[in-house]
Formats: sequence, C-alpha cells, structure tokens
Amino acid sequence: MANLNINIGKLQLKNPVMAASGTFGYGTEYSDFMDISRIGGIFVKGTTIRERQGNAYPRMAETPSGMLNAVGLQNKGVDYFISNIYPTVKDVDTNIIVNVSGSTIEDYVETAEKLNSLSKIPAIELNISCPNVKEGGMAFGTSCLSAAQVVRAVRRVYKNELIVKLSPNVTDISEIALAVEAEGADSVSLINTLLGMAINAEKRKPILSTITGGLSGPAVKPIALRMVWQVAKAVKIPVIGLGGIMTATDAIEFMLAGASAIQIGTANFIDPSVSIKVIDGINDYLDRHGFSSVADIIGALECSL
Amino acid sequence: MKKFMLDLTIKENKQLSDQYSLLILTSSVSLPQILPGQFAEVRVDGSPTTFLRRPISIHYIDYELNELWLLIQIVGDGTKRLAEMKAGENLNVLIPLGNSFTTPEDKSSKILLVGGGCGVAPLLYLGAHFKNIGFDVNFLLGARSKADLLQLCEYERFGNVYTTTEDGTHGERGFVTQHSLLNGSNFDYIYTCGPTPMMKAVARYALKTKANCEVSLENTMACGIGACLCCVTDTTEGHVCVCTEGPVFNITKLKWQI
Repeated sequence: MANLNINIGKLQLKNPVMAASGTFGYGTEYSDFMDISRIGGIFVKGTTIRERQGNAYPRMAETPSGMLNAVGLQNKGVDYFISNIYPTVKDVDTNIIVNVSGSTIEDYVETAEKLNSLSKIPAIELNISCPNVKEGGMAFGTSCLSAAQVVRAVRRVYKNELIVKLSPNVTDISEIALAVEAEGADSVSLINTLLGMAINAEKRKPILSTITGGLSGPAVKPIALRMVWQVAKAVKIPVIGLGGIMTATDAIEFMLAGASAIQIGTANFIDPSVSIKVIDGINDYLDRHGFSSVADIIGALECSL
Repeated sequence: MKKFMLDLTIKENKQLSDQYSLLILTSSVSLPQILPGQFAEVRVDGSPTTFLRRPISIHYIDYELNELWLLIQIVGDGTKRLAEMKAGENLNVLIPLGNSFTTPEDKSSKILLVGGGCGVAPLLYLGAHFKNIGFDVNFLLGARSKADLLQLCEYERFGNVYTTTEDGTHGERGFVTQHSLLNGSNFDYIYTCGPTPMMKAVARYALKTKANCEVSLENTMACGIGACLCCVTDTTEGHVCVCTEGPVFNITKLKWQI
C-alpha cells in the first residue's frame, strides 16, 4: 500500500481523487453507492450569491463519448448553502470545497467572504469558466485582465485555499494560469467544459435550449491532458487536473502530465462508485511500479522535448 | 429508499415486435423493494455511440420469481442494443430511482390508468399494486396501431382494459381522450404516462372533471440521482429534477399550459 496523501498548498488530501463540481451534488446523493469520505475531496455544486433557476430544459445532449450540458448554475444561493447544506456535509470526513461563481466581481467577493467564515470549508474553487451563463462565468476566465481582476478581488477577502478553475475556451491557457498565479491563486484546476453544440437534424433545431453548451466526458480528455501538461510547466502552484477521467489509468496520465491531484466529473454519472475504483487502481499502479508515494508520479512523464 | 447498483441477469428477452422488447431480469440476490412509478438507470454496454445510462420505467416486479421487467422501445442505438440482449447477459442497473405514484386513501375511489405507446410500461406494476390492495382498476391504453399495443393480456390480469388505436385496428379509433369510457364516467384519480401531448390532453380532461391527476415524465437524464440537474421540469416551486422529485408529478404542480 503506497502513501496516497497529497498536499495542495494548505489543503491536505488523503488521496488525489476528488469529485468535480456539478457532477456530485453535495456528496450525499452518492452515499448509497460509495463511502464518500474515502475520496480526497468533494467540490460541491456551483454556488452563487443569490438563488439561480438555471437554464430552461433541455439542458443536456449526449454526444460521442461525452455529453453537453447547459445547466446554467442552478443553485439556491450561498445563504441557503450555509444554513441548509453546510450542516449536513460539514462532518463528512473529507475536504468539502465550494465552487463559487458570479455575474460580477462583487458577486464573487461577497460569496467568498461568506464562505470564509465556515470552519469546515478549507477551500473554494473560483469558477471563472462556466460557459452556460449569460453574464460573468467564462467571460472572466477568457482574458488575462479580467481573470486577474476577479482573483485579486477575491484574494483580498478570502484567507483559505483559493483554487481557480480555468476555461479551456482560450487560445493560450498558460497565460491565464500565470495571470491568476500572479494575483495570489493557491492552485488552479483545469479544464472546465469546452463550448460545443448539438443539432437535431430531423427537427432542424438545436438540442439545447441555450443552443450551445459545455462538453465533458472522455471526448475532451486528450485536450485536458495537453492543457494540464502546458499549465503545469508554466506555473509554480499546484495543478488539479480534470476532463474526461473515467479510470485509474486516466487519472495517472493527468498526474504524470503534472497534476498534483485530479477530479472525476462526468464518469460519476455512468458509475456512481467510480472514484473508489480510481483510488484502488492508482494504489495498484504505484505498487506495481514500485512507487512508495503517489507524489512520486506528479510530473513524472518521461519525454525528450 | 436506499439505492443500489446491481448486475442483473437477463432471464429472457421477449421480442414483442420489431420495435419493442420485454427484458425479464433476475438476480442472485433478492431484488430491493421498488414502488410503482420508480425507474432504473440502465448502463448500456457494447454500444459505442451510447455514453450515458438510459432511464427505463419499471414495468413489473415479481417478488416470488425475483423478476424485474423492463419494456424497451427501440429509439436509438442504446435502446437497440438493450432490445437485442440475450438470455444470460448481465445488465448493470441503478434501482430504485425516483418517487412513486400515490395511492388514494379511499378504497372506493374510481381510478383510471391511461397509457400511450411505450408509456404504458409503469402502469402495469401500478395496476397490479392497486389490485393487490383492493381497488377496481381501469386501464385505458392507446397506440398508433394494434401492433403497438403491448402486453394486453398482462394488463387484463389486473383490471378492465380499454383500448384506442389511431388507425382503428384495435379498440376504438382515435386518441385515448376520445374513448367513450370518458363520456359520463367520473374518475377520482387518473394516472398517466405516455407522449407529452397525450398526457396534456389527459390532464385537461382531469381538470375539467375535477379528478386528481398524476403524470409520469420522461425527460432526458444523465445521472438519475439528482446530481447533474439536467432533467429539470418547471414547477410551482421552480426547476426541479425529474429523477428525484419525479418522475411522477401531480398536474397542479407542473407549469403546463393546459
């Protein structure tokens, strides 16, 4: 049994496998299928300053080896989270991390400030990459200037671990990563979904109510892997990799490319106990290759370039 | 209710027509308790174009034989693969998911179960449940043509069966809401599942006759357990997940234009 502990800044993980925001609810949705305290962390559903109803149905389209979603950050708002959800999840023996989104910089700041006071929330993930909202979201994450502005403003008020979730819908993701690192982000997570589209040819209509949506699942994995590799080379802060991870091998590939930890997203919909299988698979790999610690494989890609 | 991920075994695949199959599944362990109206999320292995699970209504449960029945309509590649499964193959399912139809308190209530197309599926188990606890059950089943009326002899085990077909090849010609049964009869509770236009027409009839009416929705889903928020429907309480708050809704809760 190898040592699976990983630290992401001040965040201590019992293993590098975490659940991605928007795919794992608040964790309790999965507790019939697995012991949710076994995973390294749970990124709970995107949370905003006020309640959001999200986009109209249809919000989802299945695609080859993946899916498009256009949920649009449906959530009951940060105050509801604090009074109704937090009490039910705070004693789960893992890191509960809140994904924070907003339409304005003030929204992000106000939400982060409220979460800063919760003793059992060791980190937030700043979502500057949601492609499914009209205002804010991805707009912040697609230019260095706006990404820097929102991180700077949140950094002033948020004292715990600040993770910034990056958008792949940019020309050079490393530039954005460097910009948020310079403003005090403790780590970055990538990738959020890729902007895509699905059409019903018979009806000559878009499938999603929003026309476009975010692509996730194994279809995006090679892109995510490439971006994690690029960003990990560019920044000094830890990188959390995600994008289409279905198996332990996928997770290991992200770590070899430079990720210190990983998140599992869409795979939770196919196998609600997949995270446990990924943890066990990583452990088997480490034993098989004679690594005593999972930290040994971070960025351990052997390449000549 | 505790949910399970189980590998069930196909005991038999009865091909009902070129479009429909009845999968009879069993398990080495006892099947969990399942309520009428609940559904399974079925993983489709061996279909390269199918990525997500498919939500399928529970058609019937036979606890004595430890059998779970799924009625499959071939819609795309995923359901085609399911409809072609052979006895002995395994099928991975998440069960039981969703809420259930409600049971009237008054045993003398007049109840009607209205199904259209493959939407008849959950009504068999519901009808069996109602008959078991002492209700008189009336099924009104509609389809395009005789070949699309499925499992009629099974429904006849649990109640009176009335049918309509659009081409007049079985029962009365027309839509379910045009059936003569609805003229003059007053039902206290109406339960319906089928194409949305049909359910809306049934809901309209229920409102007009002041019947309590529950519909079972089949929005496209990803997770089936309330995590992804993809399958929402608009209700008086805002967007709610069909997979956890439904699939059964009282029509007074839905924001349908009817």
